[in-house]
Amino acid sequence: MTKKLNILKVTSSPHIRTSETTAKIMWMVSLCLLPSGLVSVRVFGIHALWVMLAAIVSAALTEWACCFIAKKEQTLSDGSAVLTGLLLAYNLPPEAPLWMVCIGSFVAIVFGKMVFGGLGFNIFNPALIGRVFLMASFPVLMTKWQVPAGIDVVSAPTPLAVLKDQFAGSNVFSSADIINYSTRDLLLGIRGGCIGEACVLALLIAAAFLLYKKYISWHTPVGFIGTVALLTWAFGGKTLFRGDIIVPVLSGGLILGAFFMATDYVTGPITKKGKLIFGIGCGLITTVIRLWGGYPEGVSYSILLMNTVTPLIDRFVKPRRFGEKR
Amino acid sequence: MSLSFSGGKHIPGYKHLTQDLPVVTMAAPAEVIIPLSQHTGAVCKTLLKKGDKVKVGTKIGSSDKLISSTVHSSVSGEIKAIADYNHPVLGTSIAVIITSDGKDELDASIKLRGSVSPLGKEELLKIVKESGIVGLGGAAFPTHVKLTPPKSIDTLLINAAECEPYLTCDYRIMIENPNEILKGINLLKKILGVKNIVVGIEDDKLEAISVLRNKIIAKSYSIKVQPLKTKYPQGAEKQLIKAILDREVPAGKLPFEAGVVVINVGTALALYEAVYLGKPLYERIVTVTGKSLRSPANLKVRIGTKFSDLIEFCHGTSTAASKVIMGGPMMGLAQFSTDTPVIKGTSGVLVLSEKEAPDYKEGPCIRCGRCVDICPVGMLPFALSMCAESKMLEQAAQYNPRDCIECGICTYICPARRRILESIRLIKAVAK
Repeated sequence: MTKKLNILKVTSSPHIRTSETTAKIMWMVSLCLLPSGLVSVRVFGIHALWVMLAAIVSAALTEWACCFIAKKEQTLSDGSAVLTGLLLAYNLPPEAPLWMVCIGSFVAIVFGKMVFGGLGFNIFNPALIGRVFLMASFPVLMTKWQVPAGIDVVSAPTPLAVLKDQFAGSNVFSSADIINYSTRDLLLGIRGGCIGEACVLALLIAAAFLLYKKYISWHTPVGFIGTVALLTWAFGGKTLFRGDIIVPVLSGGLILGAFFMATDYVTGPITKKGKLIFGIGCGLITTVIRLWGGYPEGVSYSILLMNTVTPLIDRFVKPRRFGEKR
Repeated sequence: MSLSFSGGKHIPGYKHLTQDLPVVTMAAPAEVIIPLSQHTGAVCKTLLKKGDKVKVGTKIGSSDKLISSTVHSSVSGEIKAIADYNHPVLGTSIAVIITSDGKDELDASIKLRGSVSPLGKEELLKIVKESGIVGLGGAAFPTHVKLTPPKSIDTLLINAAECEPYLTCDYRIMIENPNEILKGINLLKKILGVKNIVVGIEDDKLEAISVLRNKIIAKSYSIKVQPLKTKYPQGAEKQLIKAILDREVPAGKLPFEAGVVVINVGTALALYEAVYLGKPLYERIVTVTGKSLRSPANLKVRIGTKFSDLIEFCHGTSTAASKVIMGGPMMGLAQFSTDTPVIKGTSGVLVLSEKEAPDYKEGPCIRCGRCVDICPVGMLPFALSMCAESKMLEQAAQYNPRDCIECGICTYICPARRRILESIRLIKAVAK
């Protein structure tokens, strides 16, 4: 043949792909989370921003170092380390010291993800591993809450701590400590709490967008929040079925956890039905911890505990084989 | 209302490139390469030799095996050689290479049938086999075998979903030859002896739906046209049956076990031509397309025309071709050369540039579940992909790799760009 040979590529079908990529999903979720944190910076002060930056930068550096030491291809561009850093920051008090934040990020990336083989192979939600490690190591620093009061910021218990106190009847807090939050305050993030969980409105808008883009499915959050609401209504009041559900649902890390942490692809079940079961399990554990456990908040622990059940759920909840009898 | 199946996804169709372009007949090329295996089943034997003269429609190969089909010359001229040649499916295969004399003389056997109605089932089946009719949707399964199901069936489905992106050959014939198609369908009805006949068309092809419906009403045929949701893989046989009849054909079983025979709409047209016009299957409609192609087209081409001739006829490409695919981008076969002939199963020739078909970099599975949600047969594609990656081929058996219909939607949707279908094919091949 005298004609110049044009080398054609031969691969297995299909020959076209969707435009969605892992990196696009990770960066998009990070971007969606950003407004909630920025509201917290406005409410709690500039230190919250330093916490966010410290968490992201140290997570990224840790991942870079892990890949470098293991002589593996750098994976920073997939965006998952940055997302982990951001989520960790969102689970820390606004006044958290930066050195502690960096330790949290390091633990999250190394022990939450890289030791398992990197993205896709981890069992637990990395950001929550970081948070729980810090909770166990620095309990005092991790529970020092500020509450925006007018233009000042003062230390005060979180709404959930107050609720727990009232529920248990222990009266740790004097009436002077207790601030009565309106639903509006809770939605806008004018209350004590972690950086990312405060502004529920921003989180809900972001969640709606992710649901619309089908980046997350409704099954986990609906199962999670629905179960918490139902159980709190049933058992959270002075008598059965008298519990308030607005404050428990809008406070603490429930919205952040249900839409952004429990929906983590890697550590949750693969099927939609499995995701619903996972969400219900999270809701159950969260409520048990909140009402009868030792902590005022149980979202982190519930997700981590359910992470361990994920393989079991996947084993039993499988899609129906086409052609198989119903 | 449009019917559908569970799973699958609407994917960009790129059909606008050719959907409004009427079929153009391409003149017979100077040389055709006619493989003796163009169908599922036994390779044909030829009684001809080098130097023999043939005409358009002269039988050049046949087989006495049941699952096989006859092949015919598509030009008049002289046999240049009988030798191995590039084959779009098999890589290389024995082919009859014919030099055209440019006269396009028809074989004496090709003549109009004055009357078709006296023909009985057996006579019609003989015509189907002798005319070399195979499924024109792509799989090229011999039609006479499909039309003699071992169990009684109650429904004939005409597959006009054309769910593969880019392809428009079925759409065009429905617009241009509705009467002939309906006559072909009535022949199928006679052979199969069924009453329930449904034509399934995706609901983005509204014009085809209305053209067929109007003709059916005008002729008062008892054929139903059923719009289907525009969703890939709507035209996969089992998904089509599920959508229209809500019957499921289990893995490893054929449609007749659910009482159905599915025939591609192009095959119905070929059947009409064979029976009414006495014309064997020596040409077909091919969608030659791609964004980098200067003039995409729906071409009526002789079997055995080289892909390079088709691309040249469409004025070549504006950017260098990176991939040339026989069929559509989802299930089509990438070709290593354009010096490859059109066969009966060639529904399209798609040219993709480097930008459209880059080397996708595979990442780790992030367990997002998209492949599981979308799989039309309820598999766990990600699990098979992980098994293949870890070389755990025996463990893969528990995930039913044989259920896979190889539609490729899992691989299309994967954000980690994992070559899931390739893994499943590997697992299937090793398990053999």
